[in-house]
Amino acid sequence: MTIEIKTTSVEPIRNTYSAIARRFGDKPATRYQEASFDIEAKTNFHYRPLWDPKRTLNDPSRTAMQMDDWYAVTDPRQFFYGAYVGNRAKMQEAAESNFGFCDKRNLLTRLPEETQHQLLRLLVPLRHVELGANMNNSKIAGDAIATTVAQMHMFAATDRLGIGQYLSRIALLLDGSTGKALDESKTFWMDDELWQPMRKLVEDMLVIDDWFELTLVQNVLLDGLMYPLIYDRMDAWLGEQGAEDVSLLTEFQRDWFKESLRWTNAMTKTVVGESEGNREQLQIWVTQWEPRAYEALKPIAQATTGLDALDEIRAELSVRLKKVGLESTGVQA
Amino acid sequence: MAIKNKKLNLKDKYQYLTRDMAWEPTYQKKEDIYPDEQFEGIKITDWSQWEDPFRLTMDAYWKYQAEKEKKLYAIFDAFAQNNGHQNITDARYVNALKLFLSGVSPLEYAAFQGYARVGRQFSGAGARVACQLQAIDELRHSQTQQHAMSHYNKHFNGLHDAAHQHDRIWFLSVPKSFFDDARSAGPFEFLTAISFSFEYVLTNLLFVPFMSGAAYNGDMATVTFGFSAQSDEARHMTLGLEVIKFILEQHEDNVPIIQRWIDKWFWRGFRLLSLVGMMMDYMLPNKVMSWAEAWEVYYEQNGGALFKDLERYGIRPPKYQDVANAAKNHVSHQAWGTFYQYSQATNFHTWMPEEEEMTWLSEKYPETFDKYYRARFEHWDKEQKEGRRFYNNTLPQLCQVCQIPVIFTEKDDPSVFSHRQIKHEGERYHFCSDGCCDIFKNEPEKYIQAWLPVHQIYQGNCGGADVATVVEKYYHINLGVDNMEYHGSPDHQRWLDIKGLKPLQSNSEKKTAA
Repeated sequence: MTIEIKTTSVEPIRNTYSAIARRFGDKPATRYQEASFDIEAKTNFHYRPLWDPKRTLNDPSRTAMQMDDWYAVTDPRQFFYGAYVGNRAKMQEAAESNFGFCDKRNLLTRLPEETQHQLLRLLVPLRHVELGANMNNSKIAGDAIATTVAQMHMFAATDRLGIGQYLSRIALLLDGSTGKALDESKTFWMDDELWQPMRKLVEDMLVIDDWFELTLVQNVLLDGLMYPLIYDRMDAWLGEQGAEDVSLLTEFQRDWFKESLRWTNAMTKTVVGESEGNREQLQIWVTQWEPRAYEALKPIAQATTGLDALDEIRAELSVRLKKVGLESTGVQA
Repeated sequence: MAIKNKKLNLKDKYQYLTRDMAWEPTYQKKEDIYPDEQFEGIKITDWSQWEDPFRLTMDAYWKYQAEKEKKLYAIFDAFAQNNGHQNITDARYVNALKLFLSGVSPLEYAAFQGYARVGRQFSGAGARVACQLQAIDELRHSQTQQHAMSHYNKHFNGLHDAAHQHDRIWFLSVPKSFFDDARSAGPFEFLTAISFSFEYVLTNLLFVPFMSGAAYNGDMATVTFGFSAQSDEARHMTLGLEVIKFILEQHEDNVPIIQRWIDKWFWRGFRLLSLVGMMMDYMLPNKVMSWAEAWEVYYEQNGGALFKDLERYGIRPPKYQDVANAAKNHVSHQAWGTFYQYSQATNFHTWMPEEEEMTWLSEKYPETFDKYYRARFEHWDKEQKEGRRFYNNTLPQLCQVCQIPVIFTEKDDPSVFSHRQIKHEGERYHFCSDGCCDIFKNEPEKYIQAWLPVHQIYQGNCGGADVATVVEKYYHINLGVDNMEYHGSPDHQRWLDIKGLKPLQSNSEKKTAA
């Protein structure tokens, strides 16, 4: 037996919006499609921006990359706002429970003084790198053409703010929420030799004007070396120092980076694949910036995992870039 | 630094989790990192004085927003499954949604872009973070609105190509140029325009009337969106007030600049709201309140109290506020009268009010409706019923600034059109008012660039030389299906079918059947 509720069926006169139907046909559309395609203004802008009088608003020439249609870059995760916050809410729930666990059992304050100091010197200063990444992705969200591209960067911007906050909370766990540990950690970022190549790189990135160059440098090259180095290799190294519990507090970052590879790889592949011109320009940027990212991480690797770990990661990035048709110098895979 | 052994309070903790992640750069110059912060002449002496308008860390944001989204989409699903569009008061209501989706939703998207940009521009990290959270909220609104109206699009005409139309249709250049104006300005003017004037001063006259209209007309999808967005809007309003107070407190030289922006954005906002006024008075079958009442409560009273509060900073109420206050009894009628005539070139239907609605208008506008507007509306109604529906086939003169046709009347004489013109570098420019003319005079090099739809049609930039070609090919309007007279339209027909009523010839017969 089944129960059958009688409903009136009403035939729709169309299945989706015209702009969506032009792309995908007049058939029921996904929420990702209706939220992400062709909702951004394209033409007939009224005034040239006072801050960039040579271009219009939403001007595709804010990057040297040329795409016939920027909506060709899509998100394999199919994140629109609702899907994005839903996913992150689950991730933060896990993170919250981990932080709660560490706090309750004093897992960090139990660590030897020297290890606590290492966390403040080697891990927590990355919150500043995250703030740079937050600013860069917000800029890209404002400059990028097409919602499919812009929204991925907006989500990345708020993700990076969130990651910076999780890193900050490690220090707050260490000092019992007085702020003292964060003050101390910031002095390393500002003055410690170990961090200066990285701080210089981050500041240099803040003056990159071309938004696609910026997403390549930030989200592909720097993150592509930094996340595996810090959250895999250095995480293991911390474990060897008896600080394996710290892993609980960086779980979010590991999951996040694994997920972010999906959209950054897809985006790079599509833009490289568009034209030889795009590929050549991207290659110039890779050649220019990949060694900078490597150099910025070198002192951190030397102080922790050893340079071999960074070299291995560099080779992995090289393989990753090769798959989309780009070459990075450095160690042989 | 003082020795810290006390637990941080919430305010300080939030600062550690936001602005403390920033640092004073030494490898790059500050003015190279924040190149847009200076050119408007706003002086910020100390960003640390910025008071965070709300304290929401990302983990909390994700959690709260995901809960809201979950509830919202459950309602959207139920609404679609149960064909909720059949429960609205009347299909005429859907035309308010067409106006919203093509006139307001694209602004939410433009706001997302604008806030993402200023969320990078300020050297104060506290302000950046607040702007970024508004950016992602605005993205939310633009997307949830697509989803809220998706079901209506499947069952009614005229909702099908809103963003395309926002870039092209003549009257949609009113909201579009408003936001283009703000986005093309510097970061401080953008915030004064959108956070303060738009979100703080005018939101109850823009966003809220549409949502209340949905509530009064059985539109569960849209009103649920409205409730869901309410806490976002509250954050945006708090940011709007903080922005203005912060800038004013930073330096006295900022006062005249802010005053000029308040004057400008009040007037631009007031003109934009004419569209909302006509929606409230004419497009809602079940009316919430009259435009004049809304203006009295939300501008004259609330706005009055606000500007009283800002007096201590040396800020006075916006210039031409008296003209706007006097116009509250006229703008909606003048706007609807115009859209009625040009309904062949809009993306929604128009109609003449039914007798009981005329009575309501007479009651709500005792000094103006019967005296200036009723006779013309009754005449048009009669003409339509006798098969001579009036359409105006000439194209109107648009105001160079607000881009509304020059249809509004003088403050002291409702029988005379308000029209101003000036010559600038040998060219003549036309305006609807002193307010718009002043805005032009302050920045002529900006407003001479305006993409005026009527000029563009005449210059041959809109796909054709006649209205039908422009409307169908360039605007993507299905002529006579998406727009023109409501009575007898496919939407009207469909509504009668839904309600099990026979198609009727006239309003009076329809009432008998109902």
